[in-house]
Formats: sequence, C-alpha cells, structure tokens
Amino acid sequence: MNWQDLCDSILALMKRDARISIQEIADRLDVPASEVTKALSEMEAQGRILGYTALTMEEENQTRAIIEVQIQPERDSGFDAIAQRICKFDEVVSAYLVSGRYDLHLEVVGNSLQDVAHFVASKLSTQPGVKSCATLFLLKKYKELGIELQKEENYERLQVSM
Amino acid sequence: MNVSKSPCKEPSSSSRVAPHIQDIPKSGIRKFFDLVSTMRDVISLGIGEPDFVTPWRIREAMLYSLQKGYTHYTSNLGDRRLREVICRHFRQRYGGEYSPVNQCLVTVGVSEGLDLAVRAVICPGDEVLYHEPCYVSYGPTVAMAHGVPVSVRTRAEHDFVVQVEDLEKAVTPRTKVLMLNYPNNPTGAGMTWEDKEKVAEFAIRHNLLVFSDEIYEDLSYIPRSPSIAAIPGMAERTVVFNGFSKAYAMTGMRVAYALGPRDIIDAMMKIHQYTILCAPTPCQFGAIEALQGAEKEREAMRREYEQRRNVIVKGFNALGLTCFMPRGAFYVFPCIESTDMKSTEFAERLLEEERVAVVPGDAFGASGEGFVRCSYATGMKEIQEALARIGHFVERHRKG
Repeated sequence: MNWQDLCDSILALMKRDARISIQEIADRLDVPASEVTKALSEMEAQGRILGYTALTMEEENQTRAIIEVQIQPERDSGFDAIAQRICKFDEVVSAYLVSGRYDLHLEVVGNSLQDVAHFVASKLSTQPGVKSCATLFLLKKYKELGIELQKEENYERLQVSM
Repeated sequence: MNVSKSPCKEPSSSSRVAPHIQDIPKSGIRKFFDLVSTMRDVISLGIGEPDFVTPWRIREAMLYSLQKGYTHYTSNLGDRRLREVICRHFRQRYGGEYSPVNQCLVTVGVSEGLDLAVRAVICPGDEVLYHEPCYVSYGPTVAMAHGVPVSVRTRAEHDFVVQVEDLEKAVTPRTKVLMLNYPNNPTGAGMTWEDKEKVAEFAIRHNLLVFSDEIYEDLSYIPRSPSIAAIPGMAERTVVFNGFSKAYAMTGMRVAYALGPRDIIDAMMKIHQYTILCAPTPCQFGAIEALQGAEKEREAMRREYEQRRNVIVKGFNALGLTCFMPRGAFYVFPCIESTDMKSTEFAERLLEEERVAVVPGDAFGASGEGFVRCSYATGMKEIQEALARIGHFVERHRKG
C-alpha cells in the first residue's frame, strides 16, 4: 500500500469511527502501528485532519438554523473577506459559498430561538456587504456526515449457514 | 364410503424414497445448527452470508418494480434487460463475449444453475470431478442427477488451490465435467491467472466441460484476472456461474446467472422452464440496479471484508491456529491440529465452553478434517471478541 492509499484508508476508517484505535487501523490495513501514527501526525500537520468531533443525536439543548445569506462581493476579495469575517463568530459552525439564489450557506447555533434570531438581526445582517438573510430553523436531524440517525431494525440472520 | 378406523401406518421411508436420494447424507452441520439455535450470547463465525443489509438503491429498485406492478413472469431466460446488463458487466470485468439472447440464463441462485447444468449434461454413471473441501451441494447435486461425484483433495500447503497432478490421478474415460469454485467456500482460496491456465490445459487435454462457480469472484483480494472461460479453447466448454447473493448482500433475493455455450444454456433453460419458470421478477429488477448503480456499495463492502480478513488471519496465526491469507470470499480456514481435537469436537466444545460458533471443516468433505471454517461476514467487535474467546479455549486445550 503506498503512502497516499494508506492516508486515504485511515481517513475513511476515522470518518466512520474517529475513536478507532491505532492498533485496529494497523491490523485492518496490515501495516505497522508506527506507520499509522506517522500518517496521522502528518495529516494533522498538513491540515488534512483539522480535528475530531462527536456525532450526537442531542444538540445539548441548542437551537440550530441554516441561514441563507446574500452578499455584495467586494472588488478585490470577492466573497472571501466577508465570509472569513462572518466565520469569526462562534455562533457560525459551518459556512459554505454556494451557487444559486443566495451566496453563503451558514449553519448557526444558539441557546434558543431568540438567541439565534438576535444573532442574525444584530450581528449577521448588519455586516457590511450582507444584503439579506433568510433563517431556516432546523426541526429534526435525520442524517449527518453520512450516518443515518434512526437506525434500521436489524434482521436476525441464521446463526449458521453454509 | 369406508373409512379405516385403524391408525394410519406410514410405510417405512426406505420403501418410498428413491435409493439415490436415500444415499445422500444430510448436511453434516444440521445437528450443530440445532444446538446453536438453542443457545444465547453466541458469537457466530458460522454464517455464510453477508452481515450488510442489501444496499438501499437495490431495495428501492425492487420496491419501485412492485409499485409499478412488475410482478409477472419474465422470459424463462430472465428479463431481457437484466441479461444484457449481465453480459456487458461480465465482458467488461472478466472478459468474454456472451449473447444475452441465447448464452445467458438467469437462475434462482447459483445452486439452481449448477443443478441445471449437471442435469443437462450428465448421463447415469458419468463422473464429475470437484475439489474438496468444497461447498456442501456439489456432491449431492451430481448424485441427484445419477452422476458419480469424484472429489479431489486440495491441501493447505497449496493454499487449497487444486493441483493438476491430483486431477490427473482422478480423471477416467467416464469423466465428463470438472467443477471449480474459486474464490472458495470454505477455504477462501483463490486462483491466479497461472493457476487457471494450468487447469484449463488439463480440461482441454481431457476434453472436459468446466462448470466454474464464481459466486465470490467480486469479493476477491488479489489482482483481478479474467475468468477461466476467457482462456483460448475454454469458452466452448465452460459454463460460468455468478450471482448477486454475496457481493451485493442479496442472499434472500435468489438471483444468479449462468453464461455458457448455446447448446448447454439451451438445455439448462429447458429444465428451468419446466421446474422454476423464472427467477422472482422484482429481484431481477434489483439485480439490474446492482450491476448498473451499486458498484460503490459493492466495493465498500469488499474493502471492509478485506480489512476484517487481515485482522482475523493475524489473530488466528497468533493463537497458533495457522491459516494462509485467503484470496477471496469471506472465510478463513484455520488448522486446529495444535489442539489435538477433531474438527467436530473442536466446534462443539468451543460452542459449549466459549459460546463461539464455527463450522467443522469436515462438513465440507473429509479433506476438511483438521480445520474449521470461520466467516468474517460479521462485525469487527464480534470478530475481536470471538478471537479472545478462542484464545482462552486454545490455551486450555493445547496439545501436549
């Protein structure tokens, strides 16, 4: 397995279960554990791995909303400068530049509905270059990071079959 | 109307059941299976089917076919579109041109296909060579067609690949067919291109038909090589069997196919037409989706099996239950000689003492004695726990 394939395989395993042990990765990929450690350190240093997080059903009583933001791009920096400025707020947990009828797709969290609404009204929509904001509160989470949150009932296979 | 008052007496089965069926033994693991099903907290490495659910896009295609009311017979050969997709898929992946019109038959599992093929060509007394350990149906399928099953032993020292020297010892003027199954259930053995060339040369020299059961071919962990049917001189004497059960996790759907020479496919179709009619129609729609849209899902499952294989092989070798690195399927076949137990005793005591189910190697033929089949079509946590339990067991029962 070449280095690139090793890194890709490690990432694929960790995206599925970030708590997988180094030894299990090594056993699965049939490589020494030291190689896995080295690959992980390298990917962290390169910024290919930015961090490790828990995927939860609960939002810790937080309110989450998608904000569709229309922006007036700036002459030299386009959308980047204002997007980076918006990303500085802790309330913004993800931000994407998208094609279509609006420009920035943000995910924003707050302690309550009012909290998010206040952030949008007072901080986001008042940013220079922001033309409009539409707020869509998330009601229920069905799938995140490729993982379905409502598990299918397991069908029990025959205990022994040929 | 006279009604007898005396209790109904059944004639003894020996007088009613045909002798050649009486002579076929029941599957060797039946008793074992009954025992497992009464126990709780068993980790089973005895399951010969995927632990993945059939990919959603395949299930969705089947649901759609039901919604549209596609619930009638298809052509006896199978749905025309499915046959076209099968022939294209096979050409691209394994080489060889087959006509969807008359060289492809959709069957209810590979087992049905093999049964049809054997019945289509075997006259009473004709001999069929097959390598052992092997899937449990080969010998009985031949015997049920009044043929003579002739097993050829394969050995751990050859990673369970059948050797031409051994085939030469078993071939006679009555030999008509050689059955192959690589990647192999139960050993996980696989054939390289060189292995296939040697066996092909043998088959051509003895003018044998070859029935190649390639159901695990899409779960191969060595570089893919063309089918044995693609070797010059082989297409006209080879029927290839493959299906959707293993690689697409569709065991319960019962869809498979046979590709081969026109005369044999036509003869197989005749038997199929009078017995089965056609494979279930919604399942055939699922099969189309499998070949056209589920390559990514199939590859993800294959990769997961490959990684589990690495873990389980390392684990068994560390316990002193030596096994070679399987080239395909989802089985390992560790040698248990270090415990001084026969396969059946090993499996029964392991189940009783540690609650781990494995299948005794001799269930797959006498040459499987001294081995057990362990399936890694189960989750990694279960595999790791099973290895730990087997470790305790082996520690207590090590020879000497």
